[in-house]
Amino acid sequence: MDHQFQLPGSYKKWTYGLIGAGVIALLYGFIMFHPFAHAGHGENVNSTRFWAVLLQNSVFFLLVVNAAMFFICVTTMAMGGWVIAFRRVSEAISSVVPILGVITFVILMCLVFGGRTDIYHWLDKEAVAGDHILNGKKGFLNPVFFTVWSAITIFLWSFLGRKMRSMSLKSDKDSMDYETGKKWIWDNTVWASLYTIVFTLTVASTIPWLWLMSIDAHWYSTMYSWYTFASTFVSGISLIALYVIYLKNRGQLTYVNEEHLHDLGKFMFAFSVFWTYLWFSQYMLIWYSNQPEETKYFIERIGTAEKAGPYKAIFFLNLIINFLAPLLILMKKGTKRNWTLMTFMAVLIIFGHWLDFFQMVMPGTLHDHYTMGFFEFGIAALFVGLIMWGTGNYLSKHSLLTKNHPFLKESMIHHT
Amino acid sequence: MAGGIKKFVVGSFDDEKVLFPAVKNVRKAGYKIHEVYTPFPVHGLDHALGMRETSLHTAGFIYAITGTTTALTFISWVFTKDWPLNIGGKPYFSLPAWIPITFELTVLFSAVGMVLTFCYLCNLAPFVKKHHFHPRATDDLFVMAIECTDKTNDAEVQAFLQQAGAQEVNVQEVETGWWIGTYDKTQKLYKEEKGY
Repeated sequence: MDHQFQLPGSYKKWTYGLIGAGVIALLYGFIMFHPFAHAGHGENVNSTRFWAVLLQNSVFFLLVVNAAMFFICVTTMAMGGWVIAFRRVSEAISSVVPILGVITFVILMCLVFGGRTDIYHWLDKEAVAGDHILNGKKGFLNPVFFTVWSAITIFLWSFLGRKMRSMSLKSDKDSMDYETGKKWIWDNTVWASLYTIVFTLTVASTIPWLWLMSIDAHWYSTMYSWYTFASTFVSGISLIALYVIYLKNRGQLTYVNEEHLHDLGKFMFAFSVFWTYLWFSQYMLIWYSNQPEETKYFIERIGTAEKAGPYKAIFFLNLIINFLAPLLILMKKGTKRNWTLMTFMAVLIIFGHWLDFFQMVMPGTLHDHYTMGFFEFGIAALFVGLIMWGTGNYLSKHSLLTKNHPFLKESMIHHT
Repeated sequence: MAGGIKKFVVGSFDDEKVLFPAVKNVRKAGYKIHEVYTPFPVHGLDHALGMRETSLHTAGFIYAITGTTTALTFISWVFTKDWPLNIGGKPYFSLPAWIPITFELTVLFSAVGMVLTFCYLCNLAPFVKKHHFHPRATDDLFVMAIECTDKTNDAEVQAFLQQAGAQEVNVQEVETGWWIGTYDKTQKLYKEEKGY
């Protein structure tokens, strides 16, 4: 068995189909929505829609693929052996980070240097000067810091991720004896820790503040970054699970069985509950203290007792998909070991968190003028297609098994 | 069952690697294993013994939803009917504020309920004297007890166990009581399975 995967025609068809649909949607938006029209707040709804949708999708999918590398790094640091049988899959997904990173960076730069005050209110110099709160945040929310920090972040994710992948690929060449194996694991642990430190300083703190929370520039929540992290991490695990199931269906990944699927299911279950914990913590503290500057965030979404907000349905659907469904369906051992149900749950969770990002970005930019139609799903299809393209490339180029990994045996005999 | 006497052939093994094939061979030969006592949890032994899956987690789920309903009904009754209080101008029916307590009661009910159920299923209780087939089962020996019926030739079973690699083999007659448990009802017949 050479563990070499040939991309089947249907995979390529879907990849190019999705990218094609996405490009059509993008062109449609480009022509119809006047993306470079004057960008005052609420003046040109379609133009705002174009950028808000691009921002939501690029950030969401970038953070999802980045979560795959985080998964590799935390399991490396924890000396986790069970993931080795499908480690290449997570590597393949994380190899999309540079591509999506560049795309996201271009979009962010268009927002900042195109003066999109409808997306980022803090770009409006006059408004900031006359605004006590925004003036106080000026040291953090300004175009220079935004640009430099975003660039450094995307570069470090790509660079450190690439380092982790290249070490793994190098190990395929020669088998390792005890001493070289020990040294290799140590090197991996060092680089994984570096990645995790960068991850903590970016995904788990500053990046969601900059890219997403600054849409509601007056508002802040200390839960926000963890909440975003939980959202993307559980989607990342779901994406890994989807690929594992797909490859298993194709007769690949010889050493992956129900035991590995069961543990992936546990991760999906646990981090869905973790997401809910953060969701609730953010909601309840704001609800309880009832300060106007804080409740504004939720009033924009679910409205008040007298008047329902425009995002009420999405807001609660989000809670059902991301909390109730995983809690009740993934609770049973049988579900986590069932390939079909796991596929269903993985797709549902990814869609649910896409919806979560939708209601994070849209209320602050489009208010009640949001639409969810061809353009929104088209752009999502574009990013899904790009992920499939990059992941497929990596999977078909390299062996699916990290055959000299010192923990491979541990993964093969894994038993939950 | 109370007051009856049951006969067991008991074999002690000092190695997992010997124990697993022995369990397989004993079950294959058609003898009925009452239980294997081990000093520590052995991965996959329950599967090798053909025990059915435990339903402890189902019990846990039922206790948990009991806790959820108890919390929600009690708090909502207190705060809306029995003793409504105006707390910070919030409505009497304030679900978000109750979620932490609901969560705590859910966890408490399922945890305590599962511990008690576990003790019941394993026949553990204060002051219950249990029969030990071999004292070193809590130290370094894996002790297999095979239940004899009136048709069993215990000399043959003893020879079989010896041959399977048992270090010590003997026959014990034990007074049955509720300690004997329900294992005999939960064991499946041996069949060849993938991966074991």
